[in-house]
Amino acid sequence: MAPTNDADPPPGTSAPGTSATRGTPVGRRAFLGLLGLGALGVAGGATVQRWLERTIGPVVARDPTGFLSLLPIGRFRIYTVTGSLPDRSRAEYRLAVRGLVDRDLHLDFADLVAMEPTHITRDFQCVTGWRVPDVAWTGVRLRDLLDRAGVDARATAVRFVSFDGAYSESLTLEQARRDDVLVAYELEGEPISRAHGGPARLYVAPMYGYKSCKWLEAIELTEKVEPGYWEQRGYDVDGWVGRSNGRDDEAT
Amino acid sequence: MTTGLTQPSVEPDLVRFDRTERIIHWTTASLFFVLMLTGAALYAGPLSTLVGRRVLVRDLHVIAGIALPIPLVLGLLGRWGRSLRADLGRLNRWSPDDRTWMRRHTRPDARLGKFNPGQKLNATFLGAAIVLMLGSGSIMKWFDPFPLAWRTGATFVHDWTALGIWLAVGGHVLFALRDPEALGAMRRGTINARWARRERPRWFEERNDPTP
Repeated sequence: MAPTNDADPPPGTSAPGTSATRGTPVGRRAFLGLLGLGALGVAGGATVQRWLERTIGPVVARDPTGFLSLLPIGRFRIYTVTGSLPDRSRAEYRLAVRGLVDRDLHLDFADLVAMEPTHITRDFQCVTGWRVPDVAWTGVRLRDLLDRAGVDARATAVRFVSFDGAYSESLTLEQARRDDVLVAYELEGEPISRAHGGPARLYVAPMYGYKSCKWLEAIELTEKVEPGYWEQRGYDVDGWVGRSNGRDDEAT
Repeated sequence: MTTGLTQPSVEPDLVRFDRTERIIHWTTASLFFVLMLTGAALYAGPLSTLVGRRVLVRDLHVIAGIALPIPLVLGLLGRWGRSLRADLGRLNRWSPDDRTWMRRHTRPDARLGKFNPGQKLNATFLGAAIVLMLGSGSIMKWFDPFPLAWRTGATFVHDWTALGIWLAVGGHVLFALRDPEALGAMRRGTINARWARRERPRWFEERNDPTP
């Protein structure tokens, strides 16, 4: 009697062969099917993601349980470039405006909120692809701060310094004077959290997120643009959404 | 069973997973564990805040990701991977009994081989997920040579597949904890014959040589 092996079904069993060699190769089909789906997802995922963020994004944002926010739709990703998350309370917060200005400013948080607030609600677009729909910001126009310090005629650019100790950003003076560039201190009607760059951060509405320097500590007027943290690592200095970094996102 | 007395009470255990398979299982599991934790820290806002050290976490994630397929590929290549290759064959094939098992009301009639259909689905999905995560992750990390929409697309695939991995691994661990004997087989390599006869009768018949 031949020993039981793949070719010889043991007598008395209804199904022939062993589980290793007989039966439908469902596993292989499903495996290849999933890889095919993945390839489609890489090629067409940008479109699907955009659609999801337009349609489901608002639902996720309003979900009171916060459970849906686990889904990769219309959500902020928290990026830090340093080992820890900077921590400064509103009471400890100071903002300097310096460099090529008529008079240095040293503002505390109360000075900032005493200035005329501006509200902007726009989509927030990251250069890595994620987009959060309709994010509401409140803050002070950067232009008002610049005017308050008085910009020297030699200045053509503005540099932003984060109190994380590593990050910096830059804008041309012309960009910095736009209506939709804020030093923001509220996000969705709440104080900007530590993770989102609070107590106050830059918000450059028409540009990719990396331009909106978190944990803003100093604003320096300079003679020319000094590339910021990511710009030294290859990102475009003029970070317009949809017109830079080789991307074609819808403008914000 | 009337034959109870004639069966030796200390029936020898059956080999379920050989050393190669167990090493591969546990190294791959450890890498999955690292990847899921670092991935969550990179992805979920509150966790990112808690962990910080984004650069370090990201590097760990990338290194573990590159290492992930290595044990499996090494295992498949050599002579030491015979059982592994045979088991992949078993995971691939679906018998009529598997279909019987899938329908809850006919489940008791199913006489399963070495793996139940849930294990087959899990292995198939996680196998594909390794390839998908490696591919999409590579595009996310080294995005320069690719069209830009692919970067967003790769993030899309990476995110949703990750969600699936959390569900699949979570289920896998849960089922393992609910069946300590099956879990023990992946730890020690052997399983007692009673379990095999009860849970995997066709496997028991198919390889009825109790050589631990």
